[in-house]
Amino acid sequence: MRTFITDDPDAAVAEIADGSTVLIGGFGMAGMPVTLIDALIRQGARDLTVVNNNAGNGDTGLAALLAAGRVRKMICSFPRQSDSYVFDGLYRAGKIELELVPQGNLAERMRAAGAGVGAFYSPTGVGTPLAEGKEQRTIGGRDYVLEYPIKGDVALIGAYVGDRMGNLVYRKTARNFGPVMATAAALTIAEVKRVVEIGEIDPEVVVTPGIFVDRILNLNADGREG
Amino acid sequence: MSMIEARGPVEHLDRGPRSKDEIAAAVAAAIPPGSYVNLGIGQPTTVGDFLTPESGVVLHTENGMLNMGPAARPDLLDPDLINAGKIPVTELPGASYFHHADSFAMMRGGHLDVCVLGAFQVSEGGDLANWHTGAPGAIPAVGGAMDLAIGAKSVFVMMTLFAKDGSAKLVPRCTYPLTGLGCVDRVYTDYATIMITGDGAVVTETFGASVAELQDRVEVTLRAPSQASSGG
Repeated sequence: MRTFITDDPDAAVAEIADGSTVLIGGFGMAGMPVTLIDALIRQGARDLTVVNNNAGNGDTGLAALLAAGRVRKMICSFPRQSDSYVFDGLYRAGKIELELVPQGNLAERMRAAGAGVGAFYSPTGVGTPLAEGKEQRTIGGRDYVLEYPIKGDVALIGAYVGDRMGNLVYRKTARNFGPVMATAAALTIAEVKRVVEIGEIDPEVVVTPGIFVDRILNLNADGREG
Repeated sequence: MSMIEARGPVEHLDRGPRSKDEIAAAVAAAIPPGSYVNLGIGQPTTVGDFLTPESGVVLHTENGMLNMGPAARPDLLDPDLINAGKIPVTELPGASYFHHADSFAMMRGGHLDVCVLGAFQVSEGGDLANWHTGAPGAIPAVGGAMDLAIGAKSVFVMMTLFAKDGSAKLVPRCTYPLTGLGCVDRVYTDYATIMITGDGAVVTETFGASVAELQDRVEVTLRAPSQASSGG
C-alpha cells in the first residue's frame, strides 16, 4: 500500500499492540527515532521485545522506553556502555531479558527477514558461547552456525528526507540499521527531518524505496526547520 | 614482513617495554599501504593517530562508513557522524556511507584487509577472547568483535603481555569466553611482537626483556623466527 504521511506522532504509532517485536533504528543516538519512541511511550504498549544495536543511552529515546517498563526483552549486540545505566539497572534487577547477538548477525538476521530468507549459515560466533545450542555445518571446509531471521511487527526508524512515495535518504552514519529494519517489519514507520514532493529526490540516490515504508512522520510539517 | 634469517628475534634490552603509543605506532607501521582497515574501539582506535595520509590506508567503521577521518573538533561536532565508539568523527574526501548489513558483509565477506582489536587473552593457536570476562554480574556486550575477528583477512591484536595480576595473556588455551577460533595473526604487546603461525607463537622483537626472560613468565613456547618455517 502507498505510504501514509503524517505530522502526528501519536497517530503514527496508534495501533502498536502489546507483545509486539519492535525494531528500533539507531546506533547509539545517531539515527534513533526519538519522536516515535516518545509517542510509543505515550501510547502505552507493553511487554515489548525491542531490537536495537544498543540498550539505550542516557535518559531519552530507547532508554526512556526501558525506564517506562514497557520492554520485556532486548535483542542487541552491545548493551553495556558508559551511559546505559537504565538498562544496567533493569538487567541487574532481573526485570529484563537479554538476547545478545553479534552485530553482523543481528543485521543479517533482519536482512534475511526482509528478503524472505528462511535462515542462513554465518561464520560469526563459531566456537563461542553465542553459538551454543545452534545447528552447525561445515561448508567448503569452514564452520558455520545456523541463524534465523528476526522479523519485526513494527520498525521505527529515523531518516533524513522522505518523499510522498515513501522513498528515504539518510544522513551520514545515522543510516546504520535503518534500511535493513525498514525491510524486516510488517509495519515500517520512519521519522524524517522533512518531506519533499515526488520527484525532488533523485531516483538514483534513494536508499530505501517507498515499498518498504508504510508511514512517514514529518518532523517539519510546519516548515520551521531546515 | 621481511624474513628474518636464522638469527632469532631482535631483543631491545637497552630500553623498557613499549608504551601504548609505541605499540600503536608499531601496528600502524605494520599495516600495508592501501589497506582497508577497521580499528576496534578503545586502544586500537589510537592506531589511526599514527597512520599517515601517504599510506593510503582507508579506515572502515562498523556503523557504516569508509574513509573515516580523525575525531571531530569540539566546535564542529555532528551527531550523525560518529565512529563505532560513538565518538564524533569526520569524513575524508572519497568517503562513503552504507547500511549495517553491507558494513558487516565487508567484514564477513573477507573484503577488509586488516582489523586491530584489543584482547583479554590470545591462545598460541590464535583463538581470541576479548568480549566478556564471564564474571558474575558482568553485563555481556559483544558488538562487532566476533564478526571482525573471523572476517578480516588479517587480525592484529594489541594488548599488554601480562594482566594486572602478572599472569600472561598469551596462553595455551583461553580461559575467558571466546570471540573467535584461530583468527589472530599477530600480537603487538609492550614486551614483544608475536606472530601466530602454524608452527606456534613466533617472537620477532622484544622490548625491555629477553625472550628467555619472557619465557619464564609465559607458558606458551616462544619460538624464534629461525625455528619456524618461513612464509608466516
